[in-house]
Amino acid sequence: MTVVAREKYEFAPKDTVDKFHGAQLLYIGWEDHLMFCAPFCWPVPPTMRFGDIPQALLAPAYGAHPDFAKIDWNKVEWYDSGSGRRMQPDVNKSIAENGLKHKDSLRFRTPGLDGLKGCSF
Amino acid sequence: MDAKVAKKLGLKERYALMTRGLGWDTSYQPMDKVFPYDRFEGIKIHDWDKWEDPFRMTMDAYWKYQAEKDRKLYAIIDAFTQNNGHLGVTDARYINTLKLFLTGISPLEYMAHRGFAHVGRQMRGVGPRVACLMQSIDEIRHAQTQIHSMSNYNRHYNGFHDPMHMIERIWYLSVPRSFFDDAYTSGPFEFMIAIGFAFEYVLTNLLFVPFISGAAYNGDMGAMAFGFSAQSDEARHMTLGLECVKFMLEQDPDNVPIVQRWIDKWTWRGTRVLTLVGMMMDYMLPKRVMSWREAWDIYFEQNGGALFNDLARYGIKVPACAAQAAIDKEHVSHQAWAVFYQYCGVSNFHAWTPSPSEMDWLSNKYPNTFDKYYRPRFEHWAEEARQGRRFNNATLPQICQVCQIPMFFTEPNDPTKICYRESVYKSEKYHFCSDHCKAIFDHEPEKYVQAWLPPHQIYMGNCFPEGVDPTMPGFNALDEVLKYYHINKGRDNGEFVGSEDEKNFSAWRELAGKN
Repeated sequence: MTVVAREKYEFAPKDTVDKFHGAQLLYIGWEDHLMFCAPFCWPVPPTMRFGDIPQALLAPAYGAHPDFAKIDWNKVEWYDSGSGRRMQPDVNKSIAENGLKHKDSLRFRTPGLDGLKGCSF
Repeated sequence: MDAKVAKKLGLKERYALMTRGLGWDTSYQPMDKVFPYDRFEGIKIHDWDKWEDPFRMTMDAYWKYQAEKDRKLYAIIDAFTQNNGHLGVTDARYINTLKLFLTGISPLEYMAHRGFAHVGRQMRGVGPRVACLMQSIDEIRHAQTQIHSMSNYNRHYNGFHDPMHMIERIWYLSVPRSFFDDAYTSGPFEFMIAIGFAFEYVLTNLLFVPFISGAAYNGDMGAMAFGFSAQSDEARHMTLGLECVKFMLEQDPDNVPIVQRWIDKWTWRGTRVLTLVGMMMDYMLPKRVMSWREAWDIYFEQNGGALFNDLARYGIKVPACAAQAAIDKEHVSHQAWAVFYQYCGVSNFHAWTPSPSEMDWLSNKYPNTFDKYYRPRFEHWAEEARQGRRFNNATLPQICQVCQIPMFFTEPNDPTKICYRESVYKSEKYHFCSDHCKAIFDHEPEKYVQAWLPPHQIYMGNCFPEGVDPTMPGFNALDEVLKYYHINKGRDNGEFVGSEDEKNFSAWRELAGKN
């Protein structure tokens, strides 16, 4: 639907990729770990190796959780947040080569690690 | 010969002459050009004179009543200030609710003033024009009396110093701000449904009763006084909102689906904003009034239910979002406080973990959810803090494109899973916290693609003080964002325990009873 307006109502979207100084936005959430209240948002260079995500982005953000150090990154399952579709990223390829676009949103599951105290925390 | 004495005018006649009798149709330009905003939304009005004025107030009476209320209000504020009333509140934690109110609500009162002035100007009917004029003046008075009432706290406590600067910048304040900006940039009839009906009628009790009763329960005469001083205005505003919706529905059956869509949208927008109030009631008031869930039961489900029963004869249904809100009422306050607990390093007030007795109160009020999902979080964080590892989160969150709240809300059928929704519009992806925010976007994507989302703006480099160069060595993004917000790091925000506010309150209270 279009906006009901008195005149032509068209505006450029505010958050297009050209505004982020060469980076694109990437959202990532850790399933079953609600100590971190919401998924995170980062600007990342499209050339970043997918396999560098854990150390470069996730460790500083999620490191305070006792489960984080126990993660076996070979067993981690990645999903597209919106569709819930399982992804098979190639850790040696870049974010762009893995098909990730500006404002894509991912969640990762760590089988066997489902948060503290049985409440996905 | 008998002298002919003119009969004194009755109230009704005087009212008619002093309101509707003042208007006329323009002659140099057609009315459609002079009032270009009251038709484009599709609302059909056939007879503006059918507008019923529930209060029949004229300006002379208005000024008289308001002046009387102001005299009483300022006498109480003066007494409260001179007696160091701030030391009589239950606990310094309470003062943080006022910071939330001053930065999150008072600026909206000012915008409501502008909004009603605009709507009053744009509606060609004289009845609503006069009613909107009075509400517009009420709203600026509310902004001013709130600022006056709370300015006394600014002398003694941190975080009160710059609400009008903060509303345009601080991440979580984009939630109430975008709510109002959304309403203010819609047409006059949608504004009336958004603010006049959904906010002032359906949801207002959930805002004012908790804050003002909260003030009363916690010994804050100043805030209580401005609440009571606004109360009779609020009654008038509620009636205006209800009259407006009934007027639209009675004028033309084509108006019904438009009004229904606005009611659906704005009830949900308002419900999301009120998450902040829920958190305040359940976590920030040292002496609690009632739980958020109880307030929702009484003011939305019971009172709102009766209202929607009344509107059913026009073909209006209970908003679709009510079903999700009925599930959310047991979760959102806990989830929201967890957000502010971990992000208190970037907000303008303090946060803390609830005490063991407060957690017992929460268990009692939320038997289905608190012990199962939320108590373990707060107990864990309390223990971490005891060990010297107070949990803080410094990474920016993903937020909803519509309500702009960090995406902390969980799936309606599973409180352990974050709710993710998305849409693609013109090859660009957008994310939402819920089906209802997504539906609002999908209906008017062109509007919401313009949203000013704080995390994105920070990453664009738009939230640093002027002249700061992010490429300079030693650049600390977080510190610069706080400077841009006008937040004094560590004084205005962070953990409550050990804060300057806590120390000063306790030291001053002790002094007050000693020589």
